[in-house]
Amino acid sequence: MYAQLVETGSKKLKTLDEMGPEERQFQERINDEIKIEPKNWMPDAYRKTLIRQISQHAHSEIVGMLPEGNWLTRAPTLKRKLQLMAKIQDEAGHGLYLYSAMETLGADRDEEIDKLHDGRAKYSSIFNYPTLNWADMGTIGWLVDGAAIVNQVPLQRTSYGPYARAMIRVCKEESFHQRQGYQILLTMMQEGTDDQKAMVQDSINRFWWPSLMMFGPSDENSPNSAQSMAWKIKRHSNDELRQRFLDQTVPQLELLGCTAPDPDLKYNQETGHYEFGEIDWQEFFDVVKGNGPCNRERIEARRSAIDNGAWVREAAVAYAAKRQHRAA
Amino acid sequence: MADWPLFEVFIRSKHGLNHKHVGSVHAADRSMAIENARELYTRRNEGVSIWVVPASEITASSPDEKEPLFDPSNDKVYRHASFYKLPKEVGHM
Repeated sequence: MYAQLVETGSKKLKTLDEMGPEERQFQERINDEIKIEPKNWMPDAYRKTLIRQISQHAHSEIVGMLPEGNWLTRAPTLKRKLQLMAKIQDEAGHGLYLYSAMETLGADRDEEIDKLHDGRAKYSSIFNYPTLNWADMGTIGWLVDGAAIVNQVPLQRTSYGPYARAMIRVCKEESFHQRQGYQILLTMMQEGTDDQKAMVQDSINRFWWPSLMMFGPSDENSPNSAQSMAWKIKRHSNDELRQRFLDQTVPQLELLGCTAPDPDLKYNQETGHYEFGEIDWQEFFDVVKGNGPCNRERIEARRSAIDNGAWVREAAVAYAAKRQHRAA
Repeated sequence: MADWPLFEVFIRSKHGLNHKHVGSVHAADRSMAIENARELYTRRNEGVSIWVVPASEITASSPDEKEPLFDPSNDKVYRHASFYKLPKEVGHM
């Protein structure tokens, strides 16, 4: 999940009878699957939570470019380099669709980006892991984008119109990402040397658990879920989505001829689902709190991009003013 | 980007269709808004034409006005072809 631990500011769900007339009308609209649009009345907490969720989602797309950017200059062929570049450009695009959806709620883009840079806003824990070998580009496309798709497909029906529409665009593009990632791994496993095959397994070993953590804490540790579900800005529980992801991923893992770093992973004939071992939640919370392997490096890269690009933005404004002046 | 105004973006996806709102971009001026919109909204043949409009120039109806604006057209059933019952012999019309 690209948005993890989104605070809703409410620990108890109101019933329709406890709501004032405006809020009740709003909630009934959501219950009837009618989209909320920017100019409609909405509770303050809904607006704030959505700004938090969408900005966190957008930040994840933007920070998500960094681990992949690491391999742009090291891609093994020109074809792979072009594909990777196209994928990274898509991530930038996804970030921008989301920032623009967020702005329809009255949030200021610069302010939200400042929050990312000074640590007040979060982004997905997954992007705080380093990309150590080329197979990581495959694994990220396959597992990380794969997990993102499982999370994002239901968000196409989220209650807030501009967010739902942004998600529809994003989902159309994500399947390219996942397929290009899986193909990188398949090529290495089918045509690669022993070293290259070992690289794939090493990469899966490092990204397996962090990918499962992307869906966020287990349901009993998700105090904000009930409100988010009632508002339909979250449509399935964390554990439900995690299970869905695992069920679709394990057969793909087997097709690659690789294994998961989980001795407890097994198929349950009766339930028709895969069972998996205990997730190391301490690691998850450490990474979310800023103590993952790359948290500082990621934020530093973002800050330096903004700071070192300031003159370009200023020059563009000066040039636009000059042209306007000439035309007048 | 506070100095870069917001532009709403409209794309014509195919010749013969309307321009349709797809989202927004920030840009220093109109021509940059077109370039940014091209990079953001037409990476996969989504369009054959782009309009950008400064967001501040758009006037929108308010949801509160929904009833006075749109209800009057609801009770004019005679504006629809299906209102007029004709004998079968007339055939398709």
